[in-house]
This record gives sequence, C-alpha cells and structure tokens, in this order.
Amino acid sequence: MSQSKLDLLQGTLDLMVLQTLAAMGTLHGYGIARRIEQVSGDAVLLNQGTIYASLVRLQQRGWISAEWGTSTNNRKAKFYSITKRGRKQLTEDAAYWQRLSEVMGRVLALPEESGDK
Amino acid sequence: MTSRLRQLLHRLRSFFRGRQQDRELDAEISAHLELAIEENLKRGISPDEARRQALVRFGGPQQAKENHRDARSLPFLETLLQDVRFALRMLRRSPGFALLAILCLTLGIGANAAVFSWMEGLLFRPYPMVVKQERLVALTGTTSSDRTGLSWPDFQDLQKSCTLFDELFVSKIMGTTLSIGERAQVVTGSIVSANYFNAVGIHPILGRTFEPNEDVGRSAHPVTVISYQLWKDRFGGDPQIIGKTQRMNGVMHTIIGVAPEGFYGTFVGWAMKFWVPASMEDTFEAGGYKLEDRNERWIEAYGRLKPGVTLAQAQQEVSAVAKRMDADYPATNRGHGIQLWPLWQTPFNNAGNLLPTLETMLVVVAFVLLIACANVGNLLLVRSFVRRHEITVRVAVGAGRKRLLQQLLIEGLVLSAIAATGGLLIARWCGHLFVLLLPVRNGNAMHLPGEMDWRVMTLSAAVCLVATLLFALLPAIQASKIDLAATLRSEMAGIARGRGKSWARSSLVVVQVSLCFILLVGAGLLLQSLQKIRSDSPGFSTNGVLVTAVNLVAAGYDAEHAKTFQEELIDRVQALPGVDSATFARQTPLGYGTFASAPIAVDGYQPPPNEQPSADYNQVGPGYFATIGIPLVSGREFTRADSETAAPVAIINETMAARYWPGKNPVGERVQAKGKWLRIVGVAKDSKYYSMRELPKAFFYVPRRQDFSVSAALTIRTRLRPEIMAAALSKELKAMDSNLAVYEVISLQEQVDRSTSAQKVAVTLTGTLGGLALLLAAIGLYGVMSYTVSQSTRELGLRMALGARTSELFRLVISRGLALTFGGIFLGAALAVGLTRLLGYLLYKVSPYDPLAFGNAFLVLTIVSLIACFLPAWRATRVDPIVALRYE
Repeated sequence: MSQSKLDLLQGTLDLMVLQTLAAMGTLHGYGIARRIEQVSGDAVLLNQGTIYASLVRLQQRGWISAEWGTSTNNRKAKFYSITKRGRKQLTEDAAYWQRLSEVMGRVLALPEESGDK
Repeated sequence: MTSRLRQLLHRLRSFFRGRQQDRELDAEISAHLELAIEENLKRGISPDEARRQALVRFGGPQQAKENHRDARSLPFLETLLQDVRFALRMLRRSPGFALLAILCLTLGIGANAAVFSWMEGLLFRPYPMVVKQERLVALTGTTSSDRTGLSWPDFQDLQKSCTLFDELFVSKIMGTTLSIGERAQVVTGSIVSANYFNAVGIHPILGRTFEPNEDVGRSAHPVTVISYQLWKDRFGGDPQIIGKTQRMNGVMHTIIGVAPEGFYGTFVGWAMKFWVPASMEDTFEAGGYKLEDRNERWIEAYGRLKPGVTLAQAQQEVSAVAKRMDADYPATNRGHGIQLWPLWQTPFNNAGNLLPTLETMLVVVAFVLLIACANVGNLLLVRSFVRRHEITVRVAVGAGRKRLLQQLLIEGLVLSAIAATGGLLIARWCGHLFVLLLPVRNGNAMHLPGEMDWRVMTLSAAVCLVATLLFALLPAIQASKIDLAATLRSEMAGIARGRGKSWARSSLVVVQVSLCFILLVGAGLLLQSLQKIRSDSPGFSTNGVLVTAVNLVAAGYDAEHAKTFQEELIDRVQALPGVDSATFARQTPLGYGTFASAPIAVDGYQPPPNEQPSADYNQVGPGYFATIGIPLVSGREFTRADSETAAPVAIINETMAARYWPGKNPVGERVQAKGKWLRIVGVAKDSKYYSMRELPKAFFYVPRRQDFSVSAALTIRTRLRPEIMAAALSKELKAMDSNLAVYEVISLQEQVDRSTSAQKVAVTLTGTLGGLALLLAAIGLYGVMSYTVSQSTRELGLRMALGARTSELFRLVISRGLALTFGGIFLGAALAVGLTRLLGYLLYKVSPYDPLAFGNAFLVLTIVSLIACFLPAWRATRVDPIVALRYE
C-alpha cells in the first residue's frame, strides 16, 4: 500500500457507507467496499474488513438495515440498505461535511506570509 | 440522542449474544472473501493468487472481528469478563491460597455484615413493618439528675401543643399470665394510646384497631388487639375470633382485632403479644389508676417528626411545652423536663443498653477486617512474587500497566466477592446469635433479630470494595511496577538486610500486630470491667437468696385477698426445711421493674428554688433487710406490727440520711412522702437499686402493709437450689390456689448477672473476635517469617559455610520476627492509649490505660509471635550449606 493513499478520518467511513447505500440501494459488504474503492479511484486506504465495524455501528443506530439474501451469482450474503432515519442523518452529515470542507478550503487558501521561513 | 440510546441498548444486547453475532460475522466475512476471489478469478488471476489478493485487501479477518466486537458491544465489559474468567482460573490453580484468602476475608466481611445487620435490626429499624422509622424519636421525662417516664396528662398536653410531630404515641410494655384452655403462659403486651396503630401504620388483618376515645376513662374500654402469633398459637387461628372475650388480669377483654404477621410492636428486646388502650392502665400497671396524676410518670412514648424537622427543632418545641407545664403545675412538674432521643438511643428498652456494645463491636470488626485484609495482602504479595515470571511475560508482550493493574484488582475483587457472599450467609446465620448471648427470662427468649435489608447488603458490598482496594492495591501496584531488567537478574532478599520488596510485607505485619494489640487491650479492659462489676458488692447478699414472684394481679386478687394470701404463703415457705426467712417486696433490686418515686419534704431542709426533692422507694415486708442481707446501721427492721393501722414508718438509706440529716442520727426524725408524714425507724446501708453502675442515691423503704400493691416479688433466704425451691413452691401454691403458677425462681446473683448481660455480650464478642484477630496475626507473622527464610536460603547457607552456629541462625530469625512484633506493639500501644477511652460506658472501675490490660496484651502477643516464628527459625537451622549455595 502506498503512502500516498488517504487515511480515513474518524467517522468518514460511516458517511461514505451511508452515501453509497443511498446511491446504490441494497448492497452486501463486499459490494459497498468495492464501490467506495472504485468511486475514490482507489485513493482511499481501506482495509475492506473495517467496513464491518462501520456497518454494525450504523445498524445499531438504526440508520441502515440488514437482511440475509442471495447475490446475483447465488451466494448467501448479508444485504444492507439505508433507512428513512439514515437518509435524514445522511443529509445532515453531508451538509456538515460540505461546510467543513468549504471552510477548510478557504483557510488553506490563505496566502502564506512572505519573509518568514 | 435517541440513536445513541438505541446504540447502547444494542450494544448491551450484543454483549450477551456475542457468540451468535460472531458466527454471523464469520459467515459474512467468508461470503465477502468468496465474492472477492470470484471477481479476481474472473479477471484471470490464478486461484492461489486470487485468494491471496482477496485476503490482503480484506486486511486480516481477526482484526476485523476485533473491530466489529469493539464497535457492536461494550469492550470494557468484555475485558472485565475476560479478567474475571482468568481470575477464577488462577484461583482454581492454587486452591490452597484461594481457600486461605477467602476464609480470612469471609470472617472479616461476615463479622462486619453481622454487626451491620444487628445495628439495623436492633437500633435503626428495630420495629418490623412500622412505617417511616427514620423519623421516629423516643420521649422521656428528665429531672436535674435522672431520667423518668412521662405522665399521661403531660403526654396529652404534648399531643395538643406540639406542631412538629406527625404523631405522638404511647407504648408501655407490661406482662400478664394468659390462661387459655389448659395452658397458662406469661406473655408481654403493651399499653398504648388510642392512636397507636395509626401512628405505626399497621392495619389489622381481622377486625379493627382502637377508636380515638378508647384511651379515655378508667377501665372504660376492656378491648384488645392480639398479635398474629398469639392468634395462631393460642386461638388456633380462629377466623371468628373477633368479638370473643379473654380474661386478662382478672378483667374480661373483648378481642377486637388481629395484627398482621411480622408485627411485633415497638419494644427492642421483646415481641408483643397483645395491645390494650391506655384506659385499661390500672388493670395492668402496678400502683393503681394513674391517668389523672401528673406525678405518676409511667409512660414510655414515641413521636414521629414531620418530614424535614430536625431533632433539635423538635426538642426546642417540646422543651418549651415542658417549661410551660413547669410553671402551670409547680407541685408536680417543678424541675421536670422532657427529652427526645434518636431511636437507637431509646433509653427505656434494650436499644440504649446495647448501643455501646454494638458501637464497640463496630470498631472491633473493622479491626478484624483490616487484619484479614493485611493477611490476604501478604498472601497476594507472596503470590505476585511467585507469579513474577507470568507477569514479566505479560509486560514483555505488551500488556499495559493499566491493564495489568485492572486484572490484578479484578482478581482481588473476585476473592472478596466470593468472601462477601459467604460473609452475608454467615451474617444471616448470626442474625439470631445475638439473642443467645442474652439471658432467657422466665422461659421467654428475647426477641432480638438482626435485619438483612438492602441497606445492610449495600454497606457490606461497600466494605467488600474497600477491603479489595486495601488488600489488592499494594500488591497490584508492586507487580505492575515490575522491572523487566531486574527480574531477569534473580534477586534474593537476605534476612538481616532484607529491605527492598519485603518492606511492604513487614509493614503489613506490623499493622496487623498493632491492631491485634489494640483488640487484646480492649478485650482485657472489658474483661476486667466485667469481673469488677460481678465481684463488686451490690450492697445485699447475692448468694443464698432466691427471688421469684406469684402473679396475683393476673389471677384477679384484690388487695385484701392478696394480703392474707401473701402472709399465709410466707408462713408456709418459712416452715419449709432449709428456708431461713422469706418476705415480699414490691420490687427487688436490679430486677426489671421500676421503683415508685415520691416527692419528699424534711423538717428544716430548705430545697433550692428549682428543685422538688424526691426519692425512689420500695414497699417491703417484715424481715426484708435480714432476708436480702442489707445491714441496718441503726434502728430497727419492719415487723408485722407495722400494719395499716400502726403509725406510718420508714427506713432510709445512708445517702438519704447524710443528705437531709447531715451529722445527725435520723432515727426518730420524720420525713414527708407524697404528703404523708413518716417516722424514721432505721437507717440501712446503701445498695444498688437499678444497675451496678449507678452512683449512691437517696432511697427509702416503707412497710408493705402501709402502701400496699398486689404485685410483689418473693424473696427467700435459703441454701436450697433454685429448682428445688421452685418445686417446693409449686406444691405449696397448688395447695393454696390451683390457678396460680410460680414465676421462674432465680438467685439474686443471677438477677445481678442479668443486669450486666450487655457487658457480658461485649466481653464475649470482643474476646472471641480478639482471639480470631490473634490467630490471623499469627498466621501473618508466620507467613512472613517462613517466606523470608525460604527466600534467604542462600544467605543462610553462606553464613553457615562461614562458621555461623545454628543457634545464631535461630536467634537471627527469631529476633527479626520479634522486631516486627515489638514494632507493632509499640504502634498499637500508642493507638490504644487514644482509643480505649472510647469504651467509656462499658468500662467499670478500670482505667482505660490500665497497665494490667496493656501488659497482658504485650505478653500474649510476644508469646504468640515466638510460637509463630519458631518453625521458620527451626527451618533456618536445617539449611544445608552445600545445597543452599548451589540453590538458584
């Protein structure tokens, strides 16, 4: 794994999972992990295994639901989908992230004071 | 916020369903991997490589499971559970250690729990089923020097005037002989105010309780509420009992109610079997009708404070009322006050009696617990040494200090939790033990059960936690401080220079010895007090005098019949072989009853303005002084000639003579008592009247015939044993009146001993626990010394090889042990000097610094520690230098 991959901030994985499920509908764990990797262009440092801690957390908070089912190629897997409450949470969290990244962008855009090292 | 709560609930559920969730996760992970492998295969990668890549991207299933577990469950609880399981495994692996430690702690915690349950059951919530006991207070009257009861009119004034009480109620203990069917039985009952059952919050299971007006009038309401037990035992649980009648003290009483099961009334020490309203007072109380007389202070009363009212506030209000009565009724209330007492200090039942004993016990069991903790702490220290390999490995593989500390504390907690369970069982079993230490009276055992409620449980659990911290913290800190480098070098402590780690163990032993010393001094002081009390002369003969009673009141005798009956009985008893003399008296000294009290006046004696001189007195028959063995200093004894029609006479005691006729012989002078002038015909030596501890007090005697009461105690001077006398008496009584039964016959010595039973309980318990503490301390010392010897085998061998003689090695070990003991004794003596004063009331004519008690404790401890050190010292002399030097 290369050093240039992004380490995930606490809580960001949860948000990614929520967004992925909101966009894709029902998915199993592997599907979610793959989807995140693909969307990020493999820029995210993700041990696929960590997704399950995130899934159980979201499930316990009632933001996603899970059900055992069969995949397209007839494999038994647990399928996750976002709940109504999950969508509401997603809207809130997404707005928060938007604002945070805007502010971060602006702060980081401040020109460096010249003269100092 | 709700999602947080939902998560917590889920986590809790997950904690208990970990296995199922693990299985589910396993299935999910394997599905994940298979999906990944499949996709890789589709991309044309070889099966092995496809699998490898899938695993790499997944990043370790074990770690994923850990993360999952942490996320879904309560990681703190998980590790806790792990630690508990590990601790149990460790204990199973060394059963000897576990057993010894648990035994020590069980004794320590059990003793504490037992005393807690006694205090709860006897002092703080002594009355089962009574509501809101935390707000109950007891009421008594006071004079400048004494405690009295309350009079009924005074009590009614209090009820009317006080605003800070929810209820004020009367509950006065009395007894009667109940004849139901074939069997006669002495039972205790209460004379109560009509509001009693409302005030204590008890509803009858059958019938009703008293109506508000039923405590009014003289003998106007012969009704009674009976206890559940009496109903079951003596009336066969008759459902039609209400409205039936029962003769009590010669009066037919209508049974109007049955109290619920488990309600025993409001008197610490005895279970009440029935209740009558105050209007029936003169049927049950000696001394006639008292409800209109402010001078008759016979009432024992309680009050329930309104919520939020303090004892001090209520006392202020009550004192104000008392002051008003003092002004309004100077003839009867001059100098009389009223005092409130917290329930646990109630002076008129056994609570006040047992309080100092139980307080002392509380300190004693705390000491025993500390000693037990020191012992277990020592055992743990040894073990942490034995386990240093294991602990080093754990530290080496990266166990954090905190984690290690937590685990060692959990091990301690597991020990003390097991011990606490055992301790609570012991305490439960000991709940009724207390009563066994107290004398049975007239065939009735006292009613003094311990109480195991949530308060006792909580307190015991708290004690258990504190104990764990005490004994486990030090070894745990020492163990977690383990130095990796140092443990690689095997270090050996020597005997003489053995500082280092052994200081902790040594100081624990010093603490043990010092606590033990204090206990031994305390036990010694109490024992000496008891001996002094019991060997002190009460002022009358205790050997060769028997006391008993025949309850004529219960048999319905009136005064005239009683007089002839009693005189005939005296003649018959005196005719018995082996009887020197016999006589009746209203009361016998140190018995349970109270003496009558009378305001007195003396020619030429001017009392201070706020004092109404009064003295207690006894109504005694002819020959009383000779029979009971109180010497007369001057004058004469009462005879049968001192009858109703003869001139009123009195015999006073020396203290009264010295107070009112200083420097004169009062024989021939006169004294006014209750408004009647009495001629003094004799002066008797002082004796004890109520308790062995009392100071000399003014007291006088009048002839029974001149102040008669039906109830009386029979005193017999004889060499016969009580049981033989009892049989002879029974025969005489049967010949005279077949309805009569004799009370238990006891020697005056027995009566004196019973009056000091609280002291005896204190001595028995401190003695027992002191012995236990001694044993624990000896084990502690023995453990430390044998360990020191076994750890310094090398040094001992070296010393031997260099020519030390075995006797020198022996002395070396012994002297090290004695040094610890003397350290402990020194510390203990310093502490004991400060602490023994707290025994206060329980000490009798013994200084708290009594050199004998200190010296004995010193001797006992020195001898015991010599014994404890002997074996280790002997083992030190058996060290083989060759083996020892090779020993590594």
